[in-house]
Amino acid sequence: MLSRRLMLGAVLAVTTSTGAWAQGNTGPIRIATAGPMTGQYAAFGSQMRAGAEQAVADINARGGVMGRQLVLEIGDDACDPRQAVSVANQLSSRGVRFVAGHFCSGSSIPASKVYAEEGVLQISPASTNPRFTDEGGWNTFRTCGRDDQQGQVAGRYIADNFKGKKVAILHDNSAYGKGLADETKKALNAAGTQETLYAAYTPGERDYNALVSRLKGAAIDVVYVGGYHTEAGLILRQAKEQGMNLTLIGGDALVTNEFWQITGAAGEGTLMTFSSDPRKRASAAEVVQRFRAKNIDPEGYVLYTYAAIQIWAQAAAKVNSLDPKRIAEAMKTQGPWQTVLGEISFDRKGDVTVPDYVFYVWKNGAYSEM
Amino acid sequence: MAYALQQLINGISLGMIYGLIAVGYTMVYGIIGMINFAHGDIFMISAFIALIAVILLSLGGLMDGPAAILLVLVISMAITALYGWTLERVAYRPLRGSFRLAPLISAIGMSIVLQNYVQVSQGARVKPLEPLVPGGIEVMRDGAFVVQFSYIQMLIIAVTLVVLAVFTILVTRTPLGRAMRACEQDRRMAALLGIDTDRTISLTFVIGASLAAVAGTMYLLRYGVIDFYIGFLAGVKAFTAAVLGGIGSLPGAVLGGLLIGLIETFWSAYFSVQYKDVAAFSILAITLIFLPTGLLGRQEVEKV
Repeated sequence: MLSRRLMLGAVLAVTTSTGAWAQGNTGPIRIATAGPMTGQYAAFGSQMRAGAEQAVADINARGGVMGRQLVLEIGDDACDPRQAVSVANQLSSRGVRFVAGHFCSGSSIPASKVYAEEGVLQISPASTNPRFTDEGGWNTFRTCGRDDQQGQVAGRYIADNFKGKKVAILHDNSAYGKGLADETKKALNAAGTQETLYAAYTPGERDYNALVSRLKGAAIDVVYVGGYHTEAGLILRQAKEQGMNLTLIGGDALVTNEFWQITGAAGEGTLMTFSSDPRKRASAAEVVQRFRAKNIDPEGYVLYTYAAIQIWAQAAAKVNSLDPKRIAEAMKTQGPWQTVLGEISFDRKGDVTVPDYVFYVWKNGAYSEM
Repeated sequence: MAYALQQLINGISLGMIYGLIAVGYTMVYGIIGMINFAHGDIFMISAFIALIAVILLSLGGLMDGPAAILLVLVISMAITALYGWTLERVAYRPLRGSFRLAPLISAIGMSIVLQNYVQVSQGARVKPLEPLVPGGIEVMRDGAFVVQFSYIQMLIIAVTLVVLAVFTILVTRTPLGRAMRACEQDRRMAALLGIDTDRTISLTFVIGASLAAVAGTMYLLRYGVIDFYIGFLAGVKAFTAAVLGGIGSLPGAVLGGLLIGLIETFWSAYFSVQYKDVAAFSILAITLIFLPTGLLGRQEVEKV
C-alpha cells in the first residue's frame, strides 16, 4: 500500500516537473496554437496552424526568443467547449506557457479559465465575443476586434458623416444584434447626435412594411440595423418600394452575397463594418510573400495568428523572462507591438486599443473596402 | 392622415395573403371538421414551386411581362393542387373512420414531413429572388411624406379579389359547390343521396391548396425571401385569422385575415413594433370570449 502510494507520488512528481524542465533555462520553449483542426470549422483551424507554423519558423530563423528556439504544439478542440477544456489541460500539463487560440468564442472562454489557473497566457486571433476578455482573467488577449467595437466605429462614422440627418437604430433582440445596436447608439450619443427612433423588430418575419412606413413618417435618412442580412435586406427592399431613399448601415453580418440577392438595386450604397483585409497592409507585405512562396494564401485568420505569436515573442524579449504574468503585464503597458497587422497595443482587458474595423460598401452587386 | 393611409395599404396587402391561406383552413374544417396543420407547409411548397418556375422561365428567357407572372401562378397552382390532393389521399383518407384525433396527429406529422422534405431537397438556407414587379404610384403627398402604392401591392389585392370571387361562385353556384355544402352539412346523408363524398373532399383539398399557391406566389413576388420554415409562421397567422373570422365560414376567413393584417400593421405603426403579435393574439382571445364562434361563424346546431 505504502509503496504504491509512493510510486504514485513519484509519477506525479515526474509529470509535474516535466513542465518545469521544458521551460527551464535552456532548451526549446514550448508554445501552442489551439483551434478546430477537425470538424466543420477545420478550414479555420488550418489557417491558424499555417500562421503559427510560419511565425515560429520566422522567429527561430532570427535566433528564437532569448536565444532559445520555439517548438509549436497543436491542440484540436473542434470548436467543442468540453474538448477545449481538455485540450487546455493537456497543453498546460505539457509545459506550454503561451497559447495562440482558440478560434470559437465558445471554446476560448472556458479554456481561458483553465489557462488562468495553470499560468498560461492566451491570445485569441478570432474570438470576438466581448465576454472573452470581459470575464477573462490576467491572461486573456485577442488580436481581432470585439463585436461591440464595431458599434463604436459605426456610431462615430454616422455622427461624423451624416450631420443633421435623422438617424434610426433598429435591432433584432439577438445577443449580436442588440449588442451592436446599443454600442452604436452609445457612440452616436457620445458624439452629440441623438437618434430619432430606436426600435426592435422580430427576426424571421417577412413583412416590415409597417416599420418602414414608420421610418418614412419620421423622415429618417439613415438607419443602423443591428441584425442579420435577411431582415436588413427586406427592410431596405421594402423601403425602396415605399419610395424612400434610405442609407442602411450594418455590421459584419451583411457581408454576404445573399444580401444583394434580396435587395437588388436597392442595396446600392449600403455600408457595413468588417475587418480590413490584412493581406493588403504594408506591414504584412513581406510575410505575405513568404506565405505565397509556399503556396499558402494567408487569408482569414492566418495573419491574426501570426501576429499573436509575434506579440508574445516581443513582449517576452522585452521583459527578458518567460513568466506569463510578467509578459501579460508588459503586453498591456509597454506597447505598441510591431506586427504583420501593423502596430498593436492592448488595453487593461487585453483588447486591441484601435479596433481594425473599416467600412465596406455595396456597389453594383459587389462589396469592397471603402 | 397620409401616414395612416400608407399603413392601411400595408395592412390590407398583408391581410390579403393571410386571408388566402385562411380560406384553405376554413374549407377543410367546414367539410371534414379537422384542422389541416400541414396547410401552412403546402403554402411554403407553393412558394418554392413558384420560385423554381421563375428560375426555369428566366433560363428560357421567357420571364418577362405580366403573362410570365400569370404563367408562374398557374404552374404553382397546378403543382400545389397535386400536393394537396396527394396529402389528403395519403395522410387523411385512410384515417377517415378513425377517432377524431388521428387525422390531426397525421396532419402534424405531414407538416414535419413536408418541411424536412423541402429542407433536404432545397437546402436550409434562405432563397432570395430579386424584385420582379418594381415601382408603384404616388397616391398622395403630405409635406415630405409620400404615400406609395406599389404595383406589387395592387397585384396582390387584385389577384386576391379575382380569385376569391371565382371560388365563391364555384362554391355557391356550381354542382361541385352544392356537393361540398351538402357534405359539410351531413356527410352520410349526402352519400346516401348519391354524392361521391371522397371525390368532393379531395376536390376541397385541391381548391384549398391552389388558393394557398396563389398566396405563396404573391408572397414570393412581394417579399422575395423564402425558406423551408415560412409555412409555420404564415400558417399560424392564417389559422388565427380563420378562427377570428369564424372557422368554417369563407367570408369570415378573408375578413379575419384582413383584420389580423390590419391589427399587426397599425399596432406597429403607433405602438411598439415588437409587440404586434401580442396585440393580434390578445384581440383574438378577447373576441373569442364574447363571440366563441368567431365574427361570422354560425352557431353549431347539434343534430339529435
